[in-house]
Amino acid sequence: MELAKLTAAEMGQMMREGKASSVEITEACLASAEAQAHLGAFLHVNREGALAAARQADDRRAQGESQPLLGVPVAVKDNICTEGLPTTCSSRILEGWVPPYSAFVAERLSAEGAVILGKTNLDEFAMGSASDTGAFGPVRNPLDPDRTAGGSSGGSAAAVAGNMAPLSLGSDTGGSIRLPAAFCGIAGFKPTYGRVSRWGLVAFGSSLDQIGPMGRTVEDCALLASAISGHDPQDGTSRPDAKIGSPTDLPLKGLTFGLPVELDGEGIDPSVREAVAAAITRIEAEGGAVKRISLPLINVGVTTYYIIAPAEASSNLARFDGIRYGARVEEGGHNDSTAATRGRLFGHEVKLRIMVGAYALSAGYYDAYYLRAQQVRAAMTAQFNEAMQDVDFILSPTAPRTAFRLGEMDDDPLAMKLLDLCTIPANLGGFPSISVPAGVANGLPVGLALTGPSMSDERLLGAAHSLERILR
Amino acid sequence: MIMPLAILSGMSMTLDEVRHTARLARLELTEEELQAFQIELNALIAHFNDIQDLDVSAFEAMPHAVPLTNIYADDAAQPGLTRDAALAGSFKSRAGLFIVPTIIEE
Repeated sequence: MELAKLTAAEMGQMMREGKASSVEITEACLASAEAQAHLGAFLHVNREGALAAARQADDRRAQGESQPLLGVPVAVKDNICTEGLPTTCSSRILEGWVPPYSAFVAERLSAEGAVILGKTNLDEFAMGSASDTGAFGPVRNPLDPDRTAGGSSGGSAAAVAGNMAPLSLGSDTGGSIRLPAAFCGIAGFKPTYGRVSRWGLVAFGSSLDQIGPMGRTVEDCALLASAISGHDPQDGTSRPDAKIGSPTDLPLKGLTFGLPVELDGEGIDPSVREAVAAAITRIEAEGGAVKRISLPLINVGVTTYYIIAPAEASSNLARFDGIRYGARVEEGGHNDSTAATRGRLFGHEVKLRIMVGAYALSAGYYDAYYLRAQQVRAAMTAQFNEAMQDVDFILSPTAPRTAFRLGEMDDDPLAMKLLDLCTIPANLGGFPSISVPAGVANGLPVGLALTGPSMSDERLLGAAHSLERILR
Repeated sequence: MIMPLAILSGMSMTLDEVRHTARLARLELTEEELQAFQIELNALIAHFNDIQDLDVSAFEAMPHAVPLTNIYADDAAQPGLTRDAALAGSFKSRAGLFIVPTIIEE
C-alpha cells in the first residue's frame, strides 16, 4: 500500500533504480482501489489486464526502455474508449458495451508503457458537477466520504486523492477536470483545445471537450500531458503543433497575475476568498505581482455555456439510437423504439440537457439563443485575450465553494450549474487552465486556478509548479 | 432578426412546447417527466434572456475555440474496423447486418 502513495515521478525513479517493479506498484494500487471500493471511484477495475500490462512494462524496462510513464498505473475516465474494456459513460444506455477500438490517448498510454488500472466513475456522459448523475452510484470524496468528489471527472479525482492511482485521465467541457481536482485537493490540467486528440472520447460538447491529466503534483500532470498530447489526423481539430513539451522553468518573481473582480466577490464563498487572499499574499512575498482586473462577460459565461454545450450535446447524443451500439428498448417500430430507448435509458440530467439543446437549436430560437451565444463566446474570448496582453496568467478560485455534502444541492439545480462559473471561460475560449491545491477552508481543500493564453501550456505548467511549491 | 414571442415577452415554455421538443429530441417522456422538465427548462431559459441585451454585434459567431480549416485526407485505403468488430456491440445483428426495428410499417 505504501507504494501506492508515491507520485508517478517517484514510482518511475524507484523502477529505474530497481527498487520496485511495475507489478509490485500495480498490485499496491489495485489493492488500494479494491479496499476503497465504497468510494465509487471505479466502475471497472482492470485487475488482470493491469497486471499483464505491468509484467510487459517490467519486460520492456529489462530490455532497456525507460519512458517516464513506463510501468506507472493510470486510471482512465469511463467516457474514454478502451478496446476490450467496458466503456459506459455511467449510462444504462452503454451498460456492458465494450468498444472495438481505443481512444488516441489510450493508445498513447500503451505506447508509453503506462498501465491502465481501470475505468473511473463520472456524471452520466460527463454532464454534472458532483459525479452524482451517473447510473451506477455517486463518487465519494476520499477526504470525507459524505461529500462529493466534484464532477464530472469525480472518479478520476478520487482515485488520485485516495492513493489508488498516481495519475488519471479526465475530460473537461466546462470544468470537469479542474473542479473535482479542487474538491479533492489534487492538481488537474485542461490543455489548450486541440493539443490532446478527442478521438475515442465519447463526445459531449465537441467545441469545448478536452482530455487532460489529474495527479497529486503538477510535475506528474506535466508527464502525463506530454505523453497523451500530439497531432492526431483522426481528430479534425487536432493542432499540428499539439505536442506538449516539458514545463518552462518559471519562478513567480517577475510574473504578473490578473485576478478578475468578477471571481472575487459575491457568488464566491467567503472561506474560499480568504484562502485565495492568503495564496496571493504568498505569491507577492515571492516577488510575483497580482493585479485586479475586470472581465465582465464572466457573468454571462454560465448562461452562454448552457446554450452552447447542450446544443452540441443534443446533436452528439443523437447517435444513441439502440442500433449500432448500446442497449435498446424494443417498442413497436423504429421511431417508437428509438424514443423508448433514449427516454428510458438516459438519466434525468442527460435528458434535460438534450431538451435544452434541441430547444435552443429549434426553428425560431436558433438565432436568438445559439447564434447569439456564439457571439458572446467570441466577445468573452476577445476580452480574455486582451487582458492577457497585460498579465501573464489569470488567477482565480477554481470553484466558488468547497466540496459539499452529497445530496445537499439536489433541490437547487441552478446553484449546481453555477459551480462552473470560474472554469467555463477557459472552455469557451479554448485556453489552457490548471487547478492547484491552495490550502484548506474549514478543513476542505481549495483549488487555485491559473489560466493562460492559447498554446501557453508549458509556461502555465511551469508557473503552476512554482505556485504549488509555495502553497504546499 | 425576428425575435420569437417567447423571448420578447419572457414568456415561458408551455407543456405542449415541452412535448414538441421531446419529440424533436426523440425522447419518450412520461407526463410527470414532461411537467418536471417544464419547470426546469423554464428556470434555465429565464437566464437565456441575460444575453439578449448585450451588444455583441461587432463579433462574428464563434462556433469553435480554434480557427478551423478544411483538411483533406489522402484518397487512400486505411485499415478500419472489421465487420465482426463493428457489429459486436450492436443490440441485434444477423448475417453480417445490423437488425433494426421496422421502419416502414404495412
